[in-house]
Amino acid sequence: MRVSFTVNGRRQEADDVWEGESLLYVLRERLGLPGSKNACEQGECGSCTVRLDGVPVCSCLVAAGQVEGREVVTVEGLADFARRRAEHSGCTTGTCDSGDGEGISLDEAQLGVPPGEAWGRAAKGQDSQTGEGVELSPVQQAFIDAGAVQCGFCTPGLLIAADEMLERTPNPTDADIREALSGNLCRCTGYEKIMDAVRLAAARQSEAV
Amino acid sequence: MDFLRPASWEEALAAKAEHPTAVPIAGGTDVMVEINFDHRRPEYLLDLNRVGELGEWEVGESGVRLGASVPYTRIMENLRRELPGLALASHTVASPQIRNRGGVGGNLGTASPAGDAHPALLAAGAEVEAESVRGSRLIPIDDFYTGVKRNALAPDELIRAVHIKKADGPQQFSKVGTRNAMVIAVCAFGLALHPETRTVRTGIGSAAPTPVRARAAEEFLAAALDEGGFWDNGKIITPSVAKQFAALCSAACNPIDDVRGTAGYRRHAVGVMARRALTWTWESYRGAAARTEGVA
Repeated sequence: MRVSFTVNGRRQEADDVWEGESLLYVLRERLGLPGSKNACEQGECGSCTVRLDGVPVCSCLVAAGQVEGREVVTVEGLADFARRRAEHSGCTTGTCDSGDGEGISLDEAQLGVPPGEAWGRAAKGQDSQTGEGVELSPVQQAFIDAGAVQCGFCTPGLLIAADEMLERTPNPTDADIREALSGNLCRCTGYEKIMDAVRLAAARQSEAV
Repeated sequence: MDFLRPASWEEALAAKAEHPTAVPIAGGTDVMVEINFDHRRPEYLLDLNRVGELGEWEVGESGVRLGASVPYTRIMENLRRELPGLALASHTVASPQIRNRGGVGGNLGTASPAGDAHPALLAAGAEVEAESVRGSRLIPIDDFYTGVKRNALAPDELIRAVHIKKADGPQQFSKVGTRNAMVIAVCAFGLALHPETRTVRTGIGSAAPTPVRARAAEEFLAAALDEGGFWDNGKIITPSVAKQFAALCSAACNPIDDVRGTAGYRRHAVGVMARRALTWTWESYRGAAARTEGVA
């Protein structure tokens, strides 16, 4: 079957999708977006966390056909998503009152950004492998600065979950952070650096306001 | 495999009638695991995400009509006062990502003895609104679980909503696992005090082939509370009463040994949770009574 949906602000179509296929598989194998990681395939690890209509979900547990017409944000689009949110005082998901309910998708899609450079201005002409020159989202920068990335496999899911928590709860307690990240497993760092990173992002965010 | 995408409830019922083997999928947190691991290859997947009303709830005079797909996150956030036991249980489900997708309808459809919602539904008193093209019916929760991962639904029926009585007294939920998040219950226990009818109801998870109530324990406790005038005098529960209640709850279990725990452990843990839940709810009841009556 064919599935049409919006990924990181751009309309996408995937063809020949098997009916039992997950959103994660479509993202990684059909749309060339390997940022969301495939680990447990049963919703235990959170490595595949994306936002579906603004809500953090495990993309391995969403059937591809269920995203027809809906909006997905992956780690590849996180920097752009965060930048737009900052510019539009908090509303990026299309779930807020302002705007037409289509969020960021239509304008962006109509710009005709070529595939591979589709994930917003921040990624233009940048080296997607090294991230060199790419302007990161505050949460991404905080993870680097706090040394919260070791092997990196859990990082994309943690970034999506942490970013969404900071959107909802700008001044989180440690308990808030732990709860928000409780569905994301890291097997390297032991979470302390991750906690530091989210605290750092929260502190920078509140300074900036 | 075919992917059926009804746009309305009527279309969903028609699709289920035409394809009774179709597997309903809403949050996907059970169904997709089975598909990802190749444990299941349904001929038809019936996507319910486009049926918007399944994600809505109504608070009525005496109860809540909870749409089958209302995510656990919404229950925690919005129904804590009306459905405290279910809200507590919802908070123990897996992780935020899973709670954003999963709902009570899926728990009931899967009917795993380990489903977190079941003890709370049993304790609060609930009815499952099942519907097919043939009509609608309310299935009492006590009759809903018919075996391991089996329920009372007919092949052409879908779960539309769950009708749950509003709490008329304190409710508690307790669950044993190795950590707070991402835990399939080793065993779980729900307790609801019903001061209006001077009854108590229980629910036990993961300690029998189906979720069960500890009926003998309920009857014992109701009689003990009545005899001692506890509902009126609000005294502390006698330790011997709590102990006997716990023993009867343990006795209601029919557990197995498995990777998560032994039968003996489960029986013991259910007794401990029963005693604690009784203390918590009763202290809360006494506190509430003291507040309403004022302190002399």
